[in-house]
Amino acid sequence: MINVKDLHKYFGSLEVLKGINCHIEKGECVCIIGASGSGKSTFLRCLNLLETPTKGDITIDGMNIMEKGVDVDELRRKVGMVFQHFNLFPHLSILDNVTLAPIRHKMMTPDEAKKKAMELLNRVGVGDKADNYPVQLSGGQKQRVAIARSLALSPDIMLFDEPTSALDPEMVGEVLEVMKQLAKEGMTMAVVTHEMGFAREVADRVLFMDGGVILEAGTPEQIFDYPKEDRTKEFLSKVL
Amino acid sequence: MLDSYYRAFIAEQRYLMYLDGLKMTLLVSLLAIILGVALGTILALMRMTAERRGKSTLLSKIAYVYIDIIRGTPTVTQLLIMYFVVLKGVDGLIVGTVTFGLNSAAYVAEIIRAGILAVDHGQMEGGRSLGLSYGQTMKDIILPQAVKNILPALGNEFIVLIKETAILGYVSIVDLTKVADFVTSRTYEAFAPLIGTAIIYYLVVKVLTLVLGVVERRLRQSDKR
Repeated sequence: MINVKDLHKYFGSLEVLKGINCHIEKGECVCIIGASGSGKSTFLRCLNLLETPTKGDITIDGMNIMEKGVDVDELRRKVGMVFQHFNLFPHLSILDNVTLAPIRHKMMTPDEAKKKAMELLNRVGVGDKADNYPVQLSGGQKQRVAIARSLALSPDIMLFDEPTSALDPEMVGEVLEVMKQLAKEGMTMAVVTHEMGFAREVADRVLFMDGGVILEAGTPEQIFDYPKEDRTKEFLSKVL
Repeated sequence: MLDSYYRAFIAEQRYLMYLDGLKMTLLVSLLAIILGVALGTILALMRMTAERRGKSTLLSKIAYVYIDIIRGTPTVTQLLIMYFVVLKGVDGLIVGTVTFGLNSAAYVAEIIRAGILAVDHGQMEGGRSLGLSYGQTMKDIILPQAVKNILPALGNEFIVLIKETAILGYVSIVDLTKVADFVTSRTYEAFAPLIGTAIIYYLVVKVLTLVLGVVERRLRQSDKR
């Protein structure tokens, strides 16, 4: 589904990604862990071209997204993204936040979009907030709306960029629960996270990133119980 | 005392002159702010191309030079250049409108640009991540939020503009201040016409300030819980 070959990214003269190689299968849930500054968010943001990679190859669903003239907007419709800070649109109601993109893309009529949005909002447990504005919601509710907003475009892949890092501790669980459901239903997911419990329980594979490369990859058991690299052991001893 | 006010405003139906002057002042201000907002929006979008590309572009440079020159020279000088050089022999209303419109555009451009930049960067990413184009995201997500930042400052610019038009008399365009000047030269009494004129300006600005306050409160309503 996603194939990344020798991906490099520079910010000015600073090399943030130093040759990433990885493969994500359809239906797989991959968690990316690592210290801050290790390049995990940048890597994730390269996958829907919110950051432009400096060199390398990324193939998504058979389409090389590094080619010139690739339809970026088309790509982003297939690859949903959930942000650390939600990025809900404060001037629109919850319902309008979810229906805006499907209507603008002419994927659905406003009535169909509204019906689908209500289904999604009910599924993530905030159906009763449809007519409220983002400012009236708690952090956990906002993030669940953001997930519903991405799902409204029926994406093939979902990217999560530290989705629970900006939440109060008591709200982390409700967001992770929604993501767990999504993984169970077979959504292809790439999740940058500091929630080791979630990674261990839900991930099919865990990637440990350090210094701009994937230092170690494997099943949660391999990474958490039998890490090979010293750097991985050191990181895990600090966070577990 | 009352006598001098009578001579300044009532005698020879002078109040009609003040009304004509006020009409000129308000007409030039209104037309100029319309021109200023239209041109200012274009200038702001030209400058924004640099923000989008991450480096200055030809369009952003042109807009920057224009804004720099307008802000770096006195409005009176600009008015004189328009009246005696660029628009020589053209009707006063047009000279006034064009001068203040071009002048205001430079300030309005910066107000609009600042208003757009004040919207959280995550909003653009949020829109783009849903597959909306740059233009669609601007129109549906950024600008509706930027208006809240822009409108109060824009209202302020309009108020400044109204008062600045008092220099129109420099090139013998008969605005409110010029009328006071006329009357003074007829009655040889400066106090009443000038104070009276000042009060008229004050009242106009006061009414506008009140209207702006109402608009601003309306805009803030969606921020409340």
